[in-house]
Amino acid sequence: MSASDITALLPIITPAIASVLVMMVIAFRRNHALTAALTTGGLVIASSMLLVMLPLLPRQVTPLIFVDRYAFFFMGLFFAASFFVVLLSYGYFAARPGRHDEFYVLLLIATFGSAVLAASSHFVSFFLGLELLGISLYSMIAYQRTDRYGNEAGIKYLVLAATSSAFLLFGMALVYAQLGTMQFTRIAVEAAALSVSSSLPLLAGFALIIVGIGFKLALVPFHMWSPDVYEGAPAPVSAFIATVSKGAVFVLLLRYFSLVDIHRFPAIVTVFTIIAIASMLIGNLLALAQNNIKRILAYSSIAHLGYVLVAFIAGGPAAITAASYYLAAYFVTILGAFGIISVLSSAGSGGRDADALDEYRGMAWHRPWLAGMLTLVLFSLAGIPLTAGFMGKFLVISAGAGSTLWLLLVVVAVSSSIGLYYYLRIITVLYTRVPAQVPEKRETPAAGPRLSLSGGTALVVLAVLLIWLGVFPSPLLRLIKATAEHLIY
Amino acid sequence: MILIWFILLPLAGGVAAWLTGRRYPLLSRCVALLALILTFGHALSLWVRSTGIAWTGNGDGHRAWLYDVHYEWIPQLGISFHLAIDGLSLLLLLLSAFLGIMSVAASWTEIRDRTGFFHLQLLLVLTGINGVFLAMDLFVFYFFWELMLVPMYFLIDLWGHENRHYAAVKFFIFTQVSGLLMLIAILGLYFMHGAATGLYTFDYMELLRFQMKGSASLWLMLGFFIAFAVKLPVVGVHTWLPDAHTEAPTAGSVILAGLLLKTGAYGLLRFVIPLFPAASRDFAQVAMILAVAGILYGAVMAFGQTDLKRLVAYTSVSHMGFVLLGIYAGNMLSMQGAVMQIICHGVSTGALFIIVGALQERIHTRDMSRMGGLWSTVPRMGAVTLFFALASLGLPGLGNFIAEFLVLLGTYPADKIIAAIASTGFIGAAVYSLWIVQRVFHGAGNRAASERDGRPTDFSFREMAVMGVMMLVLLWLGLYPQAVFDIAKHPVESIRFTYAPGDNR
Repeated sequence: MSASDITALLPIITPAIASVLVMMVIAFRRNHALTAALTTGGLVIASSMLLVMLPLLPRQVTPLIFVDRYAFFFMGLFFAASFFVVLLSYGYFAARPGRHDEFYVLLLIATFGSAVLAASSHFVSFFLGLELLGISLYSMIAYQRTDRYGNEAGIKYLVLAATSSAFLLFGMALVYAQLGTMQFTRIAVEAAALSVSSSLPLLAGFALIIVGIGFKLALVPFHMWSPDVYEGAPAPVSAFIATVSKGAVFVLLLRYFSLVDIHRFPAIVTVFTIIAIASMLIGNLLALAQNNIKRILAYSSIAHLGYVLVAFIAGGPAAITAASYYLAAYFVTILGAFGIISVLSSAGSGGRDADALDEYRGMAWHRPWLAGMLTLVLFSLAGIPLTAGFMGKFLVISAGAGSTLWLLLVVVAVSSSIGLYYYLRIITVLYTRVPAQVPEKRETPAAGPRLSLSGGTALVVLAVLLIWLGVFPSPLLRLIKATAEHLIY
Repeated sequence: MILIWFILLPLAGGVAAWLTGRRYPLLSRCVALLALILTFGHALSLWVRSTGIAWTGNGDGHRAWLYDVHYEWIPQLGISFHLAIDGLSLLLLLLSAFLGIMSVAASWTEIRDRTGFFHLQLLLVLTGINGVFLAMDLFVFYFFWELMLVPMYFLIDLWGHENRHYAAVKFFIFTQVSGLLMLIAILGLYFMHGAATGLYTFDYMELLRFQMKGSASLWLMLGFFIAFAVKLPVVGVHTWLPDAHTEAPTAGSVILAGLLLKTGAYGLLRFVIPLFPAASRDFAQVAMILAVAGILYGAVMAFGQTDLKRLVAYTSVSHMGFVLLGIYAGNMLSMQGAVMQIICHGVSTGALFIIVGALQERIHTRDMSRMGGLWSTVPRMGAVTLFFALASLGLPGLGNFIAEFLVLLGTYPADKIIAAIASTGFIGAAVYSLWIVQRVFHGAGNRAASERDGRPTDFSFREMAVMGVMMLVLLWLGLYPQAVFDIAKHPVESIRFTYAPGDNR
């Protein structure tokens, strides 16, 4: 392995080194602020390493890792998202009893896993990345050991993630048995050479891989775990699951199936189409009946992954741009959403997160800025202009229209209207006039303490990004065209 | 920069009104009023300047724009911030600023809660509407089209009446779904144009040159048509309208009836017909039948209402039917009539909503069975209502008569049977308009209501001023409609030309 190979791997190695460093520092000195600062430092250095490796791209380092501009873009996105999660976690955990330092170690390992996934070009690195991400997430979800819901969510995630890994491994084994290789590019070549009649075991393998990935992305019908896990996990961890964890798996899915070119296998396209339609409709329909914001976000996240799948099915450079933009916009939006929940939950009210819809009643009148931000986030989720979500949805619909996927587009239109209903329902709650009983209200978390500095800063930056991406999409589009679109040469 | 003012002025005014509204509600009202008066003045000055300009191109389908501005926005996707104004846009901008002023004045005493925020939302709606009337890039158009929904939603949801949450959500979802269908159609057009010419652009003027054939154009046309039909509203997709109009605060109802519905009519004139002339011609018969159905249905439903505001809302369905009819009848007379109807309906229905709002503020009900005999206590109000009721039924001498008469005159050569059926709408209009005056102001007084609420006060000076201005406008439009025809002539002529080149009526 040459020096430039190592350099190309630096952005992946840095979070790993940072996690070890943080762990060692914790052994000597437990200090929440110090640990959080080191973690953010590690992420910043990892991001700057991206620039260092940029001139060497694209580069195959060992058969396992292929670092290209596509990986560059998404690693950057994941590091940035983890950075915001750290900011939110600091305020969130500072208000809670117990020792929080190990959380950051887990977070760094999970980020490491996501970086591996972004650059993975081999089933082995795919599986390793996924497990790095998954195993740290089990403990992150159940990090509040005294919280019943957290533990339940952790166990649930553990069982389901392990099951999905089993499916995934079996699918990989079938593909390997059929083609004799585990490298994506080779698989693409070999699969192309295979006649359709003899490709049945291969299709079965792909199908099992889709099941495994479907679990991780919480696509219908593999979505059952996600509302419980979102609800039980601490709010910053839910944010991490919704963004980095799902994003990394999606990025891998996009790379793998773009190389293999799913459009050669109509059966797989049909499967994805059905999954996308089901996710959009069922995700949004199930959200209607919820009274818990975290659960609503979980269901809405199912639907949103369905929207990204529309771009994925469309295929081609426009689709990669659309999916990348959509993911970036969705990251900003959902980090904002869980950021608000984290900030509101930072009250010392015994650990429960402020996630019941009732706690948000009339928030616009006693916490106007937070409520304004939440309104913005919800409009972004609904895809209303001036927000990032609008541009994302526009690009996705545009990619679909470019590939004439009219059925999927009509489903997008219908399901967004269902989605709109529950987003508006939250907004209505936010702006309801509550009878003036202000003195009592002050003690509930919704009207609780001041923002933590880190959480507040994170929210302000996210709000600016949310509008920026909605109004001036050009810079990010240019970046995506220069980086992520290079997946297809 | 001239056109940017139409967006900037209401936007800045709204923000300023919001900021001042916390401490000084009165100042907030004044700021909002001032911003809108400036916008109106700006539009007027453009009108004055436009009369000096020699329009180029007559009847050859060539379009002349008064002003045309172009800024880069998202070059990667062929999107530019392209605004332009012609006579049609200018008329609608004048209407928008005028009704904006009237609605601020009308909510002077009605809105006492969160005044600043109210004016922010009101001016944001107007910002979005002005953007819709100016946008010459389909992406920008869609952007503003969606943007105006949000503040309207807040207006209904926060300051509306009893059933406001339901009405607000229904309004939003109806318009959003239809808007998304339009977006899909816009993108379909974008890709087909790109595939055919190699130029991927959302620019209206580029797309205008692209004449599409085959069934695709019919589908794309329908995508646009549905969005505009929901707004207009065309019967069948109108169900959001009675709820939204009834539950909205007075200013919201005025803007909804006077401007939001008009964005639908504007869209048909500006986009559906010029972009898909052939498909529109094929579709004209269906559209005209829908229009007549709307005229009659609206009139019949209006007659059956007991809620005064709901009644006025249904009259909108009926009157907007004439707009649809005039547009699809497709000759100069009917199209000019449709444009006239857009303006006159905005003013007359806006005035009726203001009256209903004033009544509700005084006697705390919109239920006509609990009104009656009010003429003796509020004579000025009664007289004003009579005036606008007469305008609504199409009394010669007032603008609405000119508009509906022209539409019928133009429809007659296009389709005699439809014209005949549509003219029976006048009977319905006469019935429900006089019905309003009869039930509210004449007959035996409802003692229970007057005892509970005390004697209602008559219109104040402020309210009389608002009403007086609106009456003058309708009179002026009725007696000297030529001013509107002149300014609308050129754009309407070129729209008509693309629609029916051979027909020179």
